[in-house]
Amino acid sequence: MRTLRFLLRKEFLQIFRDRTMLRLMIAAPVIQLLVLSNAASFEVREASTYVVDLDNSTASRGLVQRMVASGRFEVADASPSMELADQALLSRDVSIVLRIPPDFERHLTRAGEAPVQVVLDAEDGAGAAVLQSYVRRIIADHARELTTTLRPDRRTAALTDPATPPTASTIDVRTRGWYNDELRYYDYMVPGILVLLVTIVATSIAAMNVVREKEIGTLEQLNVTPVTRAQLIASKLLPFWIIALVDLGIGLLVARLVFDIPMRGSLLLVFFAAVLYLFAALGIGLWISTIAETQQQAMFISFAINMVYLLMSGLFTPIQSMPVWAQAIAELSPVKHFIVIMRAVLVRGADLAAIQAPLIALAAYGAIVLMMAARQYSKTTR
Amino acid sequence: MMKPSLRGFIVKETRHILRDRQTLLILLLLPLAQVLLFGYALRTDIEQVRLAVVDPVPDAASHELRSRFAGSGVYEIVRNVPTTEALTDLFEQGAIDQAVVFGPDFGSALGREKPAELLIITDATDPNSGSTMQAYARGVVEAFEREVSAQGPRPLRIVPELRMRFNPTLESVNLFIPGLIALVLTLVSALMSAISLSREKERGTMEVLLVSPLRPWQIIVGKVLPYLGLGLINVVTVLLAARIVFDVPIRGSVALLLAECLLFIVTSLALGILIAAITSSQRTAMIGSLLALMLPTTLLSGMIFPISSLPGWLQPVTHTVPAKWFILIARGIMLRGVGLDYLWLETTILLALTAAILVFAIRAFDYRLG
Repeated sequence: MRTLRFLLRKEFLQIFRDRTMLRLMIAAPVIQLLVLSNAASFEVREASTYVVDLDNSTASRGLVQRMVASGRFEVADASPSMELADQALLSRDVSIVLRIPPDFERHLTRAGEAPVQVVLDAEDGAGAAVLQSYVRRIIADHARELTTTLRPDRRTAALTDPATPPTASTIDVRTRGWYNDELRYYDYMVPGILVLLVTIVATSIAAMNVVREKEIGTLEQLNVTPVTRAQLIASKLLPFWIIALVDLGIGLLVARLVFDIPMRGSLLLVFFAAVLYLFAALGIGLWISTIAETQQQAMFISFAINMVYLLMSGLFTPIQSMPVWAQAIAELSPVKHFIVIMRAVLVRGADLAAIQAPLIALAAYGAIVLMMAARQYSKTTR
Repeated sequence: MMKPSLRGFIVKETRHILRDRQTLLILLLLPLAQVLLFGYALRTDIEQVRLAVVDPVPDAASHELRSRFAGSGVYEIVRNVPTTEALTDLFEQGAIDQAVVFGPDFGSALGREKPAELLIITDATDPNSGSTMQAYARGVVEAFEREVSAQGPRPLRIVPELRMRFNPTLESVNLFIPGLIALVLTLVSALMSAISLSREKERGTMEVLLVSPLRPWQIIVGKVLPYLGLGLINVVTVLLAARIVFDVPIRGSVALLLAECLLFIVTSLALGILIAAITSSQRTAMIGSLLALMLPTTLLSGMIFPISSLPGWLQPVTHTVPAKWFILIARGIMLRGVGLDYLWLETTILLALTAAILVFAIRAFDYRLG
């Protein structure tokens, strides 16, 4: 135990002496959190719209107004020419074209049904799908309102009973978006980005630290001392385990103060999960350090591994959208489990019982990876 | 005709690259792996929604609507729970994505004066998936509603005829491939040429080259030219893989696309030279490339994350990122099928940026090593 204490002191002295390294580990995560949370976003903002209103009636103007009032669309241009609209779409001046055909209102009153054409720039399929859902909803709402204003005749009288709100439909559908009703994108991304930051410290920087001793040749010196391998590994990994937890704490503080992320669950639970997760992350870092000879290699390998892990972790895109075999691979990623836990605890307020499955996975993963990496480590340095 | 000294130098550099089999293999296979990874992993289309049903008093109508959800192809009813309270646990565990709560007298209210009550609860942790799932559920309910109320008085209907231009199937991979080309070229052409040039500086062999009959610009050209060839191979690999595996279209002119790729390779090489010029060691060149090239290319180019999603103050910054212009051009040619008549502005900007970087890099390059 005393040996370990001395070793740890040496490691911390080394870390605190290297100001660049220290800055890299404390300041960089905060900057990354601020930048990534703003840049890594699929948030769908106001879409510029080209309106081709060939009817120019109360009903058609009302539809355009309703779209603007929703805050999801803004009218960038309007003309009766579909050709001009198409050019605007091709040159990216607008991302959606709304065409209201002539006699729109007349068809509605006579036949009770009228079409409108909506052309969406679907280059970005995900964004287009979201915009499409807004458009459909606004059009449905407008039709509902028109039912009461446009046709105040006997047929609809039954539907517009003054006692009930004028829904004019047979089913009163209410929709609720739980946990994030305002659809704030930060609430989704920031908990995941915190995982990313902790991962970088635990895998890349820890790996580079071990490899540096290899490069300089001091690792061999350490190997011939009476220090056991377990002590050596512990002394190499523990500092980063602590620094990563400190980083997580700072990150959570920034998330709370800057991004106003809800923290509905217990923070203690978040740290408990982080403690388990870091065993896995550090184990991977240790493993990288056994196969890399230079810091440059360590950086490249951890970059490649982290890229695969992060892309397949559900950080940016939902896991369920992946093909089944890719989902199976994602299941093997500790990053995925930790992100699931972070989102569940922070955003949904999950308790220990709700997240026990990913927690067990993390613990198992950590134990296995760390053990394998430690075995590999002693083999290569002997 | 090229001077024999320069030709000999280029041959030597090419041999250098070809000799390091391991790095070469990584450089050739990396783009392929990335196409597969991006194509399969980075998807946002929602194909399966796990649904819970709260139906305290089941009747014929609620049964019918349930089977419609189940038969829609998207929904899978995974749970039936008695109360709305029970949903909290399921959502927290992440066991369900959405829930449908029937009003207590759903069936009997249907077709009466008062509308039947239906509550749709969606896990909106991910805002985009949340709104898409909400729209799915509304679609199912509305179709059901139309049929149920077919006999009675019908509300007015506005039928939206939606057309998804440029990417009708909403495939995410179509969006990502042009960006991936930019990423691979930044990685291979810029990063590798920067490291290769700075290695020469670090080892002191640059001095040897400088006293040779080669002019300084010839040294730079000779060092980066092989990476131009490698970059072109990568472009073709990515395009072929995208075409064969994911059926990504190239609707415009292939010749124009390749020409624009060539232009962007030159841009990347210029960036590589610039980085090598202002750094002194391989390590700083590498960290510099990662921070100054990879980060903007992945985050500020619209490659994965739409530029329109960035905060207002960050959007003007993207104008200075060459990859942004290249991606606009590549998407224009591949997905929109437009030519230079629509892309002349982007091309001009990319040309101007490239020229500026190139001039700056060659001036900054320190030929007299001190």
